[in-house]
Amino acid sequence: MLPYIVKRLLVAVPTLLAVLTVVFFFVRIAPGDPALIILGDQASPQALAAVRHELGLDQPMAVQYVDFMSMVLKGDLGTSLVTHRSVWGEVANVLPYTIELTLSALVIGVVIGLPLGVAAARHRNEALDYAARLFSLVGLSFPAFVSGIMLLLAFAIELHWFPVISEGRPGDPLSRVSALVLPAVNLGLIMVAYVMRVTRSSMLGVLGEDYIRTARSKGVPARVVIWRHALGNAMIPVVTVVGLYLGVLIGNSVLTEIVFNRPGLGKLIVNSLNQRDYTMLEGLMVIYAFFIVIANLLTDLTYGLVDPRVSQR
Amino acid sequence: MSPLAVAMGRGAWARLGAGIRHHKMAAFGAGIVALMVLSALLAPWLAPHDPLEQDVLLRLAPPSAEFPLGNDSFGRDILARILWGGRVSLYVSTLSVLIAIFVGGALGILAGYIGGLFDRVLMAAMDVLLSFPTLVMGLLVVAMLGPTVGNLILAITLTAVAPFARIARAPTLTVKERDFVEAGRALGFSHLRIMVVHILPNVMDDILVMAALWLATAIRTEASLSFIGLGVRPPTASWGGMIREGFENILDAPWLAIFPSIAILVVMFGLNMLGDGLRDTSDPRLRHE
Repeated sequence: MLPYIVKRLLVAVPTLLAVLTVVFFFVRIAPGDPALIILGDQASPQALAAVRHELGLDQPMAVQYVDFMSMVLKGDLGTSLVTHRSVWGEVANVLPYTIELTLSALVIGVVIGLPLGVAAARHRNEALDYAARLFSLVGLSFPAFVSGIMLLLAFAIELHWFPVISEGRPGDPLSRVSALVLPAVNLGLIMVAYVMRVTRSSMLGVLGEDYIRTARSKGVPARVVIWRHALGNAMIPVVTVVGLYLGVLIGNSVLTEIVFNRPGLGKLIVNSLNQRDYTMLEGLMVIYAFFIVIANLLTDLTYGLVDPRVSQR
Repeated sequence: MSPLAVAMGRGAWARLGAGIRHHKMAAFGAGIVALMVLSALLAPWLAPHDPLEQDVLLRLAPPSAEFPLGNDSFGRDILARILWGGRVSLYVSTLSVLIAIFVGGALGILAGYIGGLFDRVLMAAMDVLLSFPTLVMGLLVVAMLGPTVGNLILAITLTAVAPFARIARAPTLTVKERDFVEAGRALGFSHLRIMVVHILPNVMDDILVMAALWLATAIRTEASLSFIGLGVRPPTASWGGMIREGFENILDAPWLAIFPSIAILVVMFGLNMLGDGLRDTSDPRLRHE
């Protein structure tokens, strides 16, 4: 297992470096002069030059690139052009909100989606299967902001069960939990649809295998056949989808944070875009990409755990 | 018939047609999608009012006999705007998926066919593209380059190229080892001809199934960007933009957000049913039982 982990880590490093390079060039080819954005149209040429110098924009591209890479690799994401506070500080303020949201959605998705997918596969073409498939089709059809608005209309505006603005009062853990419920359910239900369908189709594939028939004919209880023999092998595609889904989950969390007016990375990125806060955007892109690369790494490592054959290759 | 017509003309398209005919779910989904395409194409004739015509007296008016879906905050006809908004969604998403299929498909086949260092570098580049969440990448591209239809298409295409490259590469790897490719090479066919005539038809099945699902993703991305305020510029109608406007008036006029939401849901549902149905018919693992 250890050589496998090391190998996966070594593959992740060049991807991460390439991602940083893309972020660097992407922000620099974008039209618009950051100095002009900070100072406004009326600024004197001297003042603009001074700000450009301060930001290092008067340096040759190669020097800027080396500076950027060495800063990021040291864990320094610079300071925001707008608030003049450190990008890390701004991110750290809202990161817990985004993490609690996405993690609870992930838990909802796996805890409901996995058993539902297994049950649908066991009862293929029965009422339960049709209901589960219909639910998953509907779930996949909902853009996160549409389902968010519907939940908000029904449970916050009409029924008043949950607050309309999902931030929670400081120092009141209960209000924070009740503020989390609707956004987490919104993200979680879409996740359930993804997990359920991939579990179902993966289980259907495995249940047709010879070793399952053997186990059944030996008299192994159905419960053990399903949950131990079959699910073990059916897990690989499920793990892949959960890993791949992180990108979708992040996109949906941005929309969910906007609809429920929740602090988080999503609101931060939309505000930074509106204010053209280039350093903040750079930092956020690095953080997002970092999350995805790490998630892919964890997905690969989970394969190794789920399927020992993978780590021995 | 030209080699390309042979490659595209029968095979995958014929199987696609058969798949739709023999699979109830695929047929139902295809029906919904066809209705949507028709209503978008015929919007100028179907829409009872001008989608841009404002009327202060009808501001946020609820549904009535003359305006069956009500009026928005400028007094514009919501039904007309939904019909016209469908044109934007359809145009942006179809064009981006087509470009992504062409570019991604070509890159994937090239990578699989040539192999070696070229393959590794190209697929590593695709991994880098995949490292940015779809919506975040779309947001950045449109925000940086400006919210125009062209940039929207560019943004959505960028998010879809890597998945299509991956899906085209996998079957290429197995097909290029087959005897008929070897025979083609022995006969002195050019690499281009082998890729287009012998490999492309074997890749098209997977690409077409994924195209239906990606069309849904593209419509969702376009609507999401418009909802955030980075879609086509007002006053042009788009579904996401209408929902954004409805969301701002959610307490006074909830139908403003609800009707365009229903339009998106119906289309997404149709495309997902079509894609799912096609996948069922092309996945032998699910078919044999």
